Amino acid sequence: MVRTYLLLAWTWLRASAQYPIPMAAMALGSFVLNGLDVAAIWIVFGHTDALGGFTLAEVMFLYGTAGVSFALSDMLFGNVDRLSQHIRAGTFDAMLVRPASAFVQMATDRFGVHRFGRMTQAAVVLGIALSQLDLEWSRTWMVPVMIVCGIVIFTSIFTLGGALQFLLTDAPEVANAFTYGGSTLTQYPLTVYGGDLVKAVTFIVPLAFVNWQPGLYVLGRDDPFGLPYWLRFAAPAAALVLALAAALAWRAGIRRYRSTGS
Amino acid sequence: MPRRHPEEAAFPLRARFPSRPRPPSRARPPRHSGLPFSGLLSRTRLPLYARIAWYGFRRHSAYRTAALAGAFTNTVFGILRAHVLIALWEARPGLAGYDVADAVTFCFLSQAFIGPMQLFGGGLQLAERVRGGDVAVDLARPASLQAWNLADDLGRAAYLLLLRSVPPTLVGAALFGIVFPTEPAAWVFFTVSFVLGVVVSFGWRYLVALSSFWIVDDRGTQSLSLVLMMFFSGMVLPLNLFPGWLGTLAQSLPWAAMVQIPADVYLGKRDALEAFALQALWAAALLVLGALATRAARRKVVVQGG
Repeated sequence: MVRTYLLLAWTWLRASAQYPIPMAAMALGSFVLNGLDVAAIWIVFGHTDALGGFTLAEVMFLYGTAGVSFALSDMLFGNVDRLSQHIRAGTFDAMLVRPASAFVQMATDRFGVHRFGRMTQAAVVLGIALSQLDLEWSRTWMVPVMIVCGIVIFTSIFTLGGALQFLLTDAPEVANAFTYGGSTLTQYPLTVYGGDLVKAVTFIVPLAFVNWQPGLYVLGRDDPFGLPYWLRFAAPAAALVLALAAALAWRAGIRRYRSTGS
Repeated sequence: MPRRHPEEAAFPLRARFPSRPRPPSRARPPRHSGLPFSGLLSRTRLPLYARIAWYGFRRHSAYRTAALAGAFTNTVFGILRAHVLIALWEARPGLAGYDVADAVTFCFLSQAFIGPMQLFGGGLQLAERVRGGDVAVDLARPASLQAWNLADDLGRAAYLLLLRSVPPTLVGAALFGIVFPTEPAAWVFFTVSFVLGVVVSFGWRYLVALSSFWIVDDRGTQSLSLVLMMFFSGMVLPLNLFPGWLGTLAQSLPWAAMVQIPADVYLGKRDALEAFALQALWAAALLVLGALATRAARRKVVVQGG
């Protein structure tokens, strides 16, 4: 499966390299577009020293970790949320008859270098944040763990969003509310959003485990909502549960898929 | 009487063949279609561009589920952005001349503008038609390419205003409470400013779409345009938060006419006449540029396969 993925991704990459100027323009566009979020954070902190009780460097840390997770997940699997386009065009049927996983084919479809733009930008922000924060070294092991868990969580949400499109073929934008909405939500400390929303993203859609709960551990902060301490280490479990749910939803979607019918 | 294609129906025979005598008028049986009044509208002699706007409205009404899904996503993002702005305004009450209610209203208005102002770019079929060569048909029509597209785009904007702007605003009002102007004059000013905003947005997107005549793959231009539209319209953050010269510059660029100015007119934070003047200036400038670019493109176009 990994081999198929690499082979297909490499093929698409070589295809997109046939048009070098649009490819470079798109990579740059994606880099700048995601930089706008950082510009927004920078402008906000031009007016205040703390947002929701967190300083600029801490917010950049939360932004950077969630950003790297989301960018890698989007780069590797984000294309799954274009499922409805393929269903409507009938090209998904072609994927199903090929001797390779439909999920891998969806994920690698039109793989291009522009997908690296977001990744680079988030990594730069995370690097700056880490250099500005005075972190305890004994706690930094959590950073790679939370990034990997974040990738799994975002990929699961992308997959759930894709699976949803088996039902809502005409309304693919609903999935964006959860995928890109999740990315937007995790850019700021959750204290900004208030109690109800935080409970929802802790216990229903586990976005709080992308960067918030493990981030509190790395930053050595108390939970402003008073949730139990062990939740900070629960990210791998949350990621696993969500990944299982996503895999089941995807398989159920494929099973009940009846083609476009016209 | 076979049912005609809507675009063809937009042209009375007289307009297509000016030298030919008009056929004698006959009583036609009324035609029925899905929407109310459409039979009435297609039979009465509406001016050409009004009809095209109506067909733009109807074409988009075919994608109702997609529009509602867009409204849902716009609402979710509105809620997330509102929380960030509330946190900022609670830390700095009265920042930039807004109070918390103004900031929340601004947030939901900007989300409501995404559909009609087409803030993520696109909305016009022109770029696709240039790539595919269909633009040859458009250029052969005895109508202005620009005015045709403008009329179509106004129809699109009217439809998306109903389906993608009203729901986020109502949800915002229910969850956070937003400011509603009480004077009728404020609503009139806002309507004028909103329409001008749509025209400025069209002027910009038309230029971006026309760039396909010179750069065949328009994805690069589209992504550059997206960055400019998102950041300098006030979608990412209200422009009055931008520091110093960046704020002054952003407030006078055409993108401000799409979100910041209509929202300020709604909130009563800006002199209406001054706002209209800036918007009308940019609308005129972009439309003139668009007309010049259309003339240049007309000379440039080569349609393969004759």
